Amino acid sequence: MRTRFFAMMASAALVVASPALSRDLTVVGFGGATQEAMRQTLFEPYRNKVGTPLLEESYTGGIAKVKAMVETGTTTWDVVQMDENEMILACDQGLLEPFDWASLPNSAEIIAAAKSDCGVGAFVWSKILAYDGDKTSGVTSWADFWNLEKWPGKRGLRKQARMTLEVALLADGVKPEELYAVLATKEGQDRAFAKLDEIKPSIQWWESGAQPMEWLASGEVTMTSAYNGRVIAANQQGRHFTMSWTNQLYAMDFWAIPKGGNRDQAFDIVNFMTSPDPQKAFAEKMVYGVTNAKAMDSISADIKPQLPTAEENMAGALAVSTPFWVDHEEELQQRFNRWVAQ
Amino acid sequence: MARAMTSAVFTGPRIGAVDGQQGRVSALATGFRADRRRQTIGSLFLIGPLVAFIVFAFVLPLGTMLFHAINNPEVRNAFPMTLASLEDWDGTGTPPDAAFDALAADIRASADPKTMAEAGRRLNYEITGFRSLLAKTVRTVRAAPEKSARIQLLAIDGNWDNPAYWRVIQRNGAPLTAFYLLSAVDLRPGENGGVQMAPREERLFLSTLMRTLTISALVTVICLFVAYPIANAIVAIGGRFSAIMLACVLLPFWTSLLVRTSAWIVILQKEGVVNRLLQALNITNAPLELVFNRTGLYIAMVHILLPFMVLPLVSVMKGISPSYVKASASLGAGPVTTFLRVYLPLTLPGVGAGCLLTFIISAGYYVTPTLVGGASDQMLSYFVAFYANTTINWGMSAALGVLLLTCILALYGIVGRIVGIGRIVGME
Repeated sequence: MRTRFFAMMASAALVVASPALSRDLTVVGFGGATQEAMRQTLFEPYRNKVGTPLLEESYTGGIAKVKAMVETGTTTWDVVQMDENEMILACDQGLLEPFDWASLPNSAEIIAAAKSDCGVGAFVWSKILAYDGDKTSGVTSWADFWNLEKWPGKRGLRKQARMTLEVALLADGVKPEELYAVLATKEGQDRAFAKLDEIKPSIQWWESGAQPMEWLASGEVTMTSAYNGRVIAANQQGRHFTMSWTNQLYAMDFWAIPKGGNRDQAFDIVNFMTSPDPQKAFAEKMVYGVTNAKAMDSISADIKPQLPTAEENMAGALAVSTPFWVDHEEELQQRFNRWVAQ
Repeated sequence: MARAMTSAVFTGPRIGAVDGQQGRVSALATGFRADRRRQTIGSLFLIGPLVAFIVFAFVLPLGTMLFHAINNPEVRNAFPMTLASLEDWDGTGTPPDAAFDALAADIRASADPKTMAEAGRRLNYEITGFRSLLAKTVRTVRAAPEKSARIQLLAIDGNWDNPAYWRVIQRNGAPLTAFYLLSAVDLRPGENGGVQMAPREERLFLSTLMRTLTISALVTVICLFVAYPIANAIVAIGGRFSAIMLACVLLPFWTSLLVRTSAWIVILQKEGVVNRLLQALNITNAPLELVFNRTGLYIAMVHILLPFMVLPLVSVMKGISPSYVKASASLGAGPVTTFLRVYLPLTLPGVGAGCLLTFIISAGYYVTPTLVGGASDQMLSYFVAFYANTTINWGMSAALGVLLLTCILALYGIVGRIVGIGRIVGME
């Protein structure tokens, strides 16, 4: 509370001190390999195209900072990468510029799922089961993830209720299409936690996407949940990690525009970043799915089957339900925190 | 300050009344008074920055935090008509038609989309699913309001028939709420006005509070046992060597907390320096689990907090004249007796100050447990950050802050009773 107050005072002082402040366009991502790929395929080309300076920042998610900026009238972030439920929360609270889809130039090319009231899908990513192909073989499903007898060793999972409870239910044989109906009930939640109990002592919890890759490499974990793009990035550096796409969990990250920034420039760069060529370049670099239908057609044939959106990978895939988590995140995360600390 | 000023103003005439020479004295008194006033204004100016600092750095933020923990404006702002229509409802059965009409009217009347979203967020804390229920209802009613609000609402979702949902709206019409503070100690408002324990699988904070206090207490004790000999050595050796030792204690103090914490991860991890050394010396034959658990947390926290224990001890020990110890020895006391009955009691103010400082700082630790601790080592501030950043539930994070603050103040009070605050801060 106190830090936030100081931050507010400090930014207020800055605004007062520089009355004619003209800021450069600032784009904010989640950092790491993904933002590196964005820099090469999205930000740099845009800078070359328009010839104006462009600043970058990174954050680890959460809407607290956006809220503080918008409500104190000190917005310095023009375009922000957000996961879907945080974008919806921020949108509900009136922190984001609404997208008027009728008037946006790319509108016809963007797939329906990527069109939101306050954002446009940036890319589709998935959480999959990964293991080191040099040390382990034959793993094909989340049920195998639970098989400690056949494949002994630690298991990496993200320390978070969202997508972990889903993995538990998938391993327990729940069908993807019924999963959220099951997880909405008390019995379903008990079932997910009971399933996690089976391997709890063997779970090593990760919090950032880079950790599971390091652990696989060092042999600390035998299998882990991971983001597909990270696995491919690790393999480009000489690893032989293998992914099991059975019952992959996929979701979309969004570009959103906080109120009070450089609105016109922000829409311009968002439009650029969701147009076919930059999306194609980004997808070929990071191997995340695209949201522009035209970009999809032009992606090279050797990359296509590795994308989360490839037909063979989509069979039995689970679309992570944002409406479910907007309602249940707080309750289930609290129960998860308690369970994890026991 | 105000009292000092009034007494200054009234001293003048009283002197005048006693003295006979009215005219001269009153002129003198006026001059005297003006002088005093100038001084008062001068001193007010001098302490002005301090007062402003205290107000802006402590009173306002703490006040805001206390207020956020009980503030409950969301439902009141969104549903004024609904709340009025529910005033006479006894909470059983479905509410009257008027309540449904008022709810629809409130939805149509709210111009800012934020009002309804905030109310949905607030209601969702008490009944999971309320947020999407309300969002769905708002969308439908705004798009095409129907004549009978009851029929429309029930068509949207059967839950509007459930009195529990209406009771939550009714209950949150009050401008202030105990909900967050109760949740912070694993309690919930009961259905009939009382208070009940939270469901077993949701009880989290009391155990976290106990863990926070246990970790802090142990860190404090370890710090004391490590710091006491160090502080003693620094004072006893004296000269340039003592300055070097003091610099060694302070050196890590000048590097960033994050750097020191990350350094411990590198040192203690499975393939880290310590494990490789232990294996090379054949002390262990498999790597020890030294990090991402309680052990690693204690090591890192003790290292980081050590200066807070060493410095007060050094300052107190420096003030103890060596002649006390010599006198004790010359009276025939052995080294142990001298230490226990002469030296230790003299250093107690330093011990008290160091312990209190270390304990209070470690109770609020966030970065180190997050990075070095395991899943079951998270302290209360982890959840303060979770609610403040991730779910934007500022009420809950403020309530947890209040919980921590209360515990620290209680401890401060108890230690103050036993040892005396003046002695701890070195004012006596």
